Amino acid sequence: MSAVALRAEGLSKRFGATVALDGASLVLRAGEIHALMGQNGAGKSTLIRLLTGAQSPDSGTIQLDGQLIAPTTPLEAQRAGISTVYQEVNLCPNLSVAENLYAGRFPRHWTGLIDHAQVREGARRLLAELQLYIDVDRPLGSYPVAVQQMVAIARALGVSARVLILDEPTSSLDQHEVRELFTVMRRLRERGMAILFVTHFLDQVYAISDRITVLRNGALVGEFATAGLTQSALVAAMVGREVVAAARDSRNAGTAGAPLLVEVQGLGRRNALEAVDLHIHAGEVLGLGGLLGSGRTQLARLLFGLDRADCGQVRVAGEPVALRQPSDAVAQGFALCPEERKTEGIVAGLSVRENIVLSLQARGGWWRAMTLDRQQSLARELVQRLGIKVADVETPVGALSGGNQQKVVLARWLATTPRLLILDEPTRGIDVAARQEIMGEILRLAQQGMGVLFISAELEELTRLCDRIAVLRDRRKAGELLAGCDGQQVLDLIAGES
Amino acid sequence: MRRLFVHPTFWPLAALALLLMANGLFNPGFLALQWRGGHLYGNLIDIANRAAPLALVSMGMTLVIAVRGLDISVGAVLAIAATIAAATITHLQAGSAQGSLLPLFAAIGAALVAAALCGLWNGLLVVKAGMQPIVATLILMVAGRGLAQLISDGQILTIYYAPYAFLGNGFLLGLPFALYLVVAVFIALKLLLTRTALGLFIRAIGDNPLAAHVAGVRAHTITPALYVFCACCAGMAGLLVSSNVASADANNAGQLLELDAILAVSLGGSALTGGRFNLFGSLVGALIIQTLTTTIYSIGVPPQVNLVVKAVLVMLVLLLQSPQFRQQLRMLAPAARSSA
Repeated sequence: MSAVALRAEGLSKRFGATVALDGASLVLRAGEIHALMGQNGAGKSTLIRLLTGAQSPDSGTIQLDGQLIAPTTPLEAQRAGISTVYQEVNLCPNLSVAENLYAGRFPRHWTGLIDHAQVREGARRLLAELQLYIDVDRPLGSYPVAVQQMVAIARALGVSARVLILDEPTSSLDQHEVRELFTVMRRLRERGMAILFVTHFLDQVYAISDRITVLRNGALVGEFATAGLTQSALVAAMVGREVVAAARDSRNAGTAGAPLLVEVQGLGRRNALEAVDLHIHAGEVLGLGGLLGSGRTQLARLLFGLDRADCGQVRVAGEPVALRQPSDAVAQGFALCPEERKTEGIVAGLSVRENIVLSLQARGGWWRAMTLDRQQSLARELVQRLGIKVADVETPVGALSGGNQQKVVLARWLATTPRLLILDEPTRGIDVAARQEIMGEILRLAQQGMGVLFISAELEELTRLCDRIAVLRDRRKAGELLAGCDGQQVLDLIAGES
Repeated sequence: MRRLFVHPTFWPLAALALLLMANGLFNPGFLALQWRGGHLYGNLIDIANRAAPLALVSMGMTLVIAVRGLDISVGAVLAIAATIAAATITHLQAGSAQGSLLPLFAAIGAALVAAALCGLWNGLLVVKAGMQPIVATLILMVAGRGLAQLISDGQILTIYYAPYAFLGNGFLLGLPFALYLVVAVFIALKLLLTRTALGLFIRAIGDNPLAAHVAGVRAHTITPALYVFCACCAGMAGLLVSSNVASADANNAGQLLELDAILAVSLGGSALTGGRFNLFGSLVGALIIQTLTTTIYSIGVPPQVNLVVKAVLVMLVLLLQSPQFRQQLRMLAPAARSSA
């Protein structure tokens, strides 16, 4: 067994009344890829923040190569040898790739000015180690997220890290990009680096990690060798119980008899979506599949009035409606859980209660305010119904973990008892258990007559949950499939090989 | 006690109290109030009265800033409103009977309508044309004084009309009328923000405009309305100012008012980045600024160093309110104690 690179023992951290981390431990060995697993709110993010010095532990110790360290800022942790690449690439998109790689530690001329030649040269060398050959003078923002992520990793390598923490690096990458990332990770492993890999994708954990540490409710469940742990045992360790997979019961091929809820005729917008026809029945879960950029999100935005359509018509219960802005759609009983939770979903500075009542209040108009009592009871009810982990509904939403934030956005819409719920990648970046809970609740509501438009990149999710699947390809509709189709059929349609 | 310290209005109030106490110490009688001829007189009343135009504008500015906006045209709008009021009075006075109140109400109406239009212009530039608020309102800040001069023909308009003088100089139940106006606007706003959902929407828009939009909040209606309100506040301030000096100066009325208003909002503890706002704090901020001005005059600082003194005092007040600075002070304090 190789040497221990990092040993964290008995780390605890509490925020107010919430215990985020309760005596958790973690051992990273040199030359291994170590997966950190746990549900949302299990303490993964907190553990990482303690390791990277973003926060200080209430108790516990961190040792790097046998030396006690107590980083109080991310910079200190970096200097000690712990580098982190976050889920949302936090570099500066307007600076060039080379500048991003060297920001904060520019090599200088004897004049004290920045030595740009050396910056460029060094940047090329760093990226070449990852076998990335790009123009380092172009702004970082002009590259796809996958490249930006590689640059972030290269930056971490540039400060000669012993330990590299990758916090959900794959959540916005496609299959091919994930493979490339894995190649880089393996190469780094061979160089003796200890890599902590945080992800929600079980198959990726099995594809690359050597060892798995599982957290639950802020405490350590255990450390396992990946080879010796079955997938269901891993899930059971994470959630503490056997998960019953929420699946569409084969109850109804009969939603065709249900009343037509929303009818979309020739809806389109230049440079975003060619005219699309679509219809959704009451109580139906309509899946919307397709690759990234196929027009899935654009269709949702048009349907919700976030973008104006150039052509086409939307009928709700037979009546044509004008959807000029989201408030029009909300008035029609539409709801949208957007893909970008942080920028389009939550209002981080407002409390859980205020976030939950926001849409209902917006639909009711500003003049008729709900009483505080009514707001609180509504918020508490939804918090309980969706299993949102929060001690007090007056907590700012920004303080919650990602999955709980997503549940708050869902709760906001469920409060309006929508007729049509549009879910754009509702489970991205969310752990298995929260995903089950969210989908279970949505299917329950669909059974009561709510229409659902479910956008997902995951085939398995689409085929398992949807009554019907519409597939978009190259910004136009490629076809529709009924429930009971298998993944291969959907895949063919998405890829355009049928 | 701890709860008191973190209350958003504690530090602005503490700063104001400190300023007033310092004045009382150096200048006995500063805090005294007198009852003379049915009116209450004293420095405190004087400060509040003089702060009234700024207080009005600060309230409007607070709400605009709360939705991530900024209105640097308030000074120009004040001048436009003042000029239009003066022009209306001059125009109507000739035709109406002595002591008629028609010119008064016409002047108030015309000034406020003009101000509202200015605000609508600002709001539409920001929301419909998608301009940066500071640039959008910069247009009216520059052009507005030109407009006012066009109306006044480049002259300072003098108002010879007794009823109008009441707005800026009149007393009601012993107190200046301007104070009632400020309090009335404040109470009306407070009710509007707490009894309706407007406060929630404003904070949501300020905190995350896109998310609020997606949630169905009509940000495209609310935001321009707030610019209109802010401009109306400037309009009311214009009425007070022109009434007070019985003239309207298109060039100099409300000069640098926008900066004082932003400072008042900031002193009051609102976040200049939007979202979190404190209406009462802004009122206190306006009072702090006027107290500073009055202090400087009353302790007889030579005019040439007067702005420097004001700058230093403003800096001290802002430092006192900065949580980071207070924390650094706290870290210093035990060290000093242990070394002593």
